[in-house]
Amino acid sequence: MATGSSSGYTPLLLRIDAGGWVLLLVLIAAGIGVPYANQMLPQESPWHVPTWLVALLGKYLCFALLALSVDLVWGFCGILSLGHGAFFALGGYAMGMHLMRQIGDRGVYGNPDLPDFMVFLNWDSLPWYWYGFDQFWFAMLMVMLVPGMLAFVFGWFAFRSRVTGVYLSIITQAMTYALLLAFFRNDMGFGGNNGLTDFKDILGFSLQADATRCALFAASAVALGVGYLLCRFIVTSKAGRVLVAVRDAESRTRFLGYRVEHYKLFVFTVSAVLAGIAGALYVPQVGIINPGEFSPANSIEIVVWVAVGGRGTLYGAALGGVLVNYGKTYFTAAMPELWLFLLGGLFIAVTLLLPRGIVGTLQLWGGVLRRRFSSGDRKRGSHGAVAPAPAGGGE
Amino acid sequence: MAVFQSLRYTTVSSVVLMIWLGMAAVTAAAAQDLADRVAALAEGGFNDKVTAVGALAATGDDRAAPVLEAMLEGLLFTQREGGSIVIGEHLSRRELRLADAVTGADLGTAGSRSVRKIRINNRVRAAIRSALGGLKLMHPDPAERRAAAAAVLNAPDLSFLPTLDTAIDRETEPDLKTLLGKARAAVLLSSETVADRLEAVRYLGTYTDPEVRGLLGGLLVERGGRQAEPDDAVRAAAAEAIADIDRRLQQWAIVGNIYQGISLGSVLLLAAIGLAITFGVMGVINMAHGEMVMLGAYATFVTQELFRAYWPGYFGWSLAVAIPFAFLVTALVGMAIERGIIRFLYGRPLETLLATWGLSLILQQAVRTIFGPTNREVGTPDWMQGAIETTAGLTLTYNRLYIILFSLIVLFALMLVLRHTALGLQMRAVTQNRPMAAGMGIPTGRVDMLTFGLGSGIAGIGGVALSQIDNVSPNLGQSYIVDSFMVVVFGGVGNLWGTLAGAMSLGVINKLLEPYAGAVLAKILVLVAIILFIQKRPRGLFALKGRAVEA
Repeated sequence: MATGSSSGYTPLLLRIDAGGWVLLLVLIAAGIGVPYANQMLPQESPWHVPTWLVALLGKYLCFALLALSVDLVWGFCGILSLGHGAFFALGGYAMGMHLMRQIGDRGVYGNPDLPDFMVFLNWDSLPWYWYGFDQFWFAMLMVMLVPGMLAFVFGWFAFRSRVTGVYLSIITQAMTYALLLAFFRNDMGFGGNNGLTDFKDILGFSLQADATRCALFAASAVALGVGYLLCRFIVTSKAGRVLVAVRDAESRTRFLGYRVEHYKLFVFTVSAVLAGIAGALYVPQVGIINPGEFSPANSIEIVVWVAVGGRGTLYGAALGGVLVNYGKTYFTAAMPELWLFLLGGLFIAVTLLLPRGIVGTLQLWGGVLRRRFSSGDRKRGSHGAVAPAPAGGGE
Repeated sequence: MAVFQSLRYTTVSSVVLMIWLGMAAVTAAAAQDLADRVAALAEGGFNDKVTAVGALAATGDDRAAPVLEAMLEGLLFTQREGGSIVIGEHLSRRELRLADAVTGADLGTAGSRSVRKIRINNRVRAAIRSALGGLKLMHPDPAERRAAAAAVLNAPDLSFLPTLDTAIDRETEPDLKTLLGKARAAVLLSSETVADRLEAVRYLGTYTDPEVRGLLGGLLVERGGRQAEPDDAVRAAAAEAIADIDRRLQQWAIVGNIYQGISLGSVLLLAAIGLAITFGVMGVINMAHGEMVMLGAYATFVTQELFRAYWPGYFGWSLAVAIPFAFLVTALVGMAIERGIIRFLYGRPLETLLATWGLSLILQQAVRTIFGPTNREVGTPDWMQGAIETTAGLTLTYNRLYIILFSLIVLFALMLVLRHTALGLQMRAVTQNRPMAAGMGIPTGRVDMLTFGLGSGIAGIGGVALSQIDNVSPNLGQSYIVDSFMVVVFGGVGNLWGTLAGAMSLGVINKLLEPYAGAVLAKILVLVAIILFIQKRPRGLFALKGRAVEA
């Protein structure tokens, strides 16, 4: 019962581990520093950050938030979702729909109500599911509600009938594949295979303006920070303990009297909402959303970010998201034909050689070193990190 | 207009009468000289010529058609000397090359003055055309006869009736005979007697054919207050016949959809059957499975290139060689994967999934680097080309038929291997209880390797078949991976019958939905249905029961 007192009563800030503090400090520094360096420093300055880099970094932050959301379900609850790209894309589409409505009559066809692709398809009125998206607050609500509702309904069916492990992974993959096919259809009213693009402004600010880019970057940093705190809060709470128990021994947890499916449903839905927010921030920064985001390959890639960074560490997932995507940016430009070999090799190397990911491995080494140098018997393993296999009830 | 039509009608009907009479004469007298009938073409007025044309056609003689064709083109002449009938060919304005109309013997060249053209008018022309059409129905070449019968069916005219009757009598090929019967009934629809028309309608009603439906539909047309068919009873019979045909056509359409579904199901089966071993029996989530299929397809491509380069004459055998070759290549690759990666990840399915996904990316990129990103051309041997066509518009292509057969053969061969070979016995022992199998002296590591090799090899064989119906590109495998998993999960893990049932039902459901929902929506619906189905039966259609489930 030694750690029991620490969960439940400790204020949130005290529950953040060292890596988490580093992540938050980096985010604060970047959230202020990058816009400052872009806006205030002259172009000649070596510290000047060009706008394209701001957008690129903002994109990485969105991916980091997405990786965080996957880590929450996979690292702490053992749900390997191969369909998280779907929640990301749905959030992105909700944002994209708002931005489409914001174009107004500045489109190619100049129709004040209908987006260009609908005019092109000879539609005469807006479909009902586009209503309300001209309001920013409504769009933001949908960014969270649509992925959340999908995850809730999907999870409710899946967890209630105890679809677990690989089966769950495969049906989440089927889910995103079905959505991919659906969004490719022109009759769906989401722009078919071209998706939504050609956005003009957000909340009245032009998306091409440097200042807007900086604001979006800062918003992404804030979203990642808040997302991290939320995840940290969940996994260190009492419910978080149950989630880890579900991950390590689902049947045992159920026999102890916990409603396993409720915990899973809760964390799955929260994770989907986070992924949706990441998608919503991603779309204005890259300027397009198309059905390709739903492809199963994308969703599997997200899992690799998490695996590279370190499953079950939260900040490690964020790190993995940024690192792998930086590698992708670098290699697809420098050696495009090599990138798939590298990505594939990364998958294999990480699973075979680094099963704990970068952060997990560093923690392991750190633990070994600490034990070697300090003769005192400190408590092994900090809570929240990847707990070794469930070894009886110490708690 | 009406006057012209009635004129034509009398002309045509008189020719018909003549042909008919002429034929009666042939059967009665049996041997009247062809030469006499040809000679008659040059005699008398146009009325006599019409009669003579009919008489000539009625012989059904092969030599009649060229004579009539020449007459139609104004190239049939009478020699001023001797008065024999010749076919001429203009060498220049003044010079003709002549051939005897009856014997076809070459008579050399002659001046255009030495012959007299046999004159014809429109009535004679119409008579000749009609007679030629009739003659084609008795052409020695079946393809010509078929074309002629189809022509009659397209433009049925009462004038063909007697010729059709003779042709039906003479016809020996059964399917041509039915075609002629159909043409005869189509002709009879414009008969003057109600009884004939009624009989024709009833006869046509027995066919299941969109073309016949069109013919009968023509009777019900009402134009300018006048019915195309004046008699009420005939119209009623036609409406009834059309309803019958529609019902049967609809049934055939469903049969067609089911066939398409089985065809799709067999493709899914081929893609999934290897997965049923690696995933179903071993429990390894092999995301690189699709790439094994792709490698099999490329192995086919390589085999065919070798055949094209060295043994072009034996190209038809290339697939027979490609099957063992593809099996070997993919089985070796599979065994290497098992020894190199998967064996370290047993008991960690999620990690296996990730590692094999990485592997699939590497394999795709490797193939893209070696063979290029574009589609590769894989040939289809002659014996796999072509199709069986049924009257109801149902086309069964041979390559699809072979693939259905092939998928079943592969499935049953695999079942035999699992059930009746030492390897199969050891495989089942290892998957059911690994420690116990090891205790009995089974080399579990080696069995794992061989099992994975077998599953991969079968995926490769699937690739050979898929190369015949799909584009061979580095992305070939990706398009099947989700479907294959759906099949295995839906059918139930660890059961080959389940895989068969899963593949066929997914294929058939997909194709039955397609006419109502469209291809993409049908696929989405099937995916959603599977997701819901797994909620109800998380272990698939044919779930294993008992202790094997816990393992």
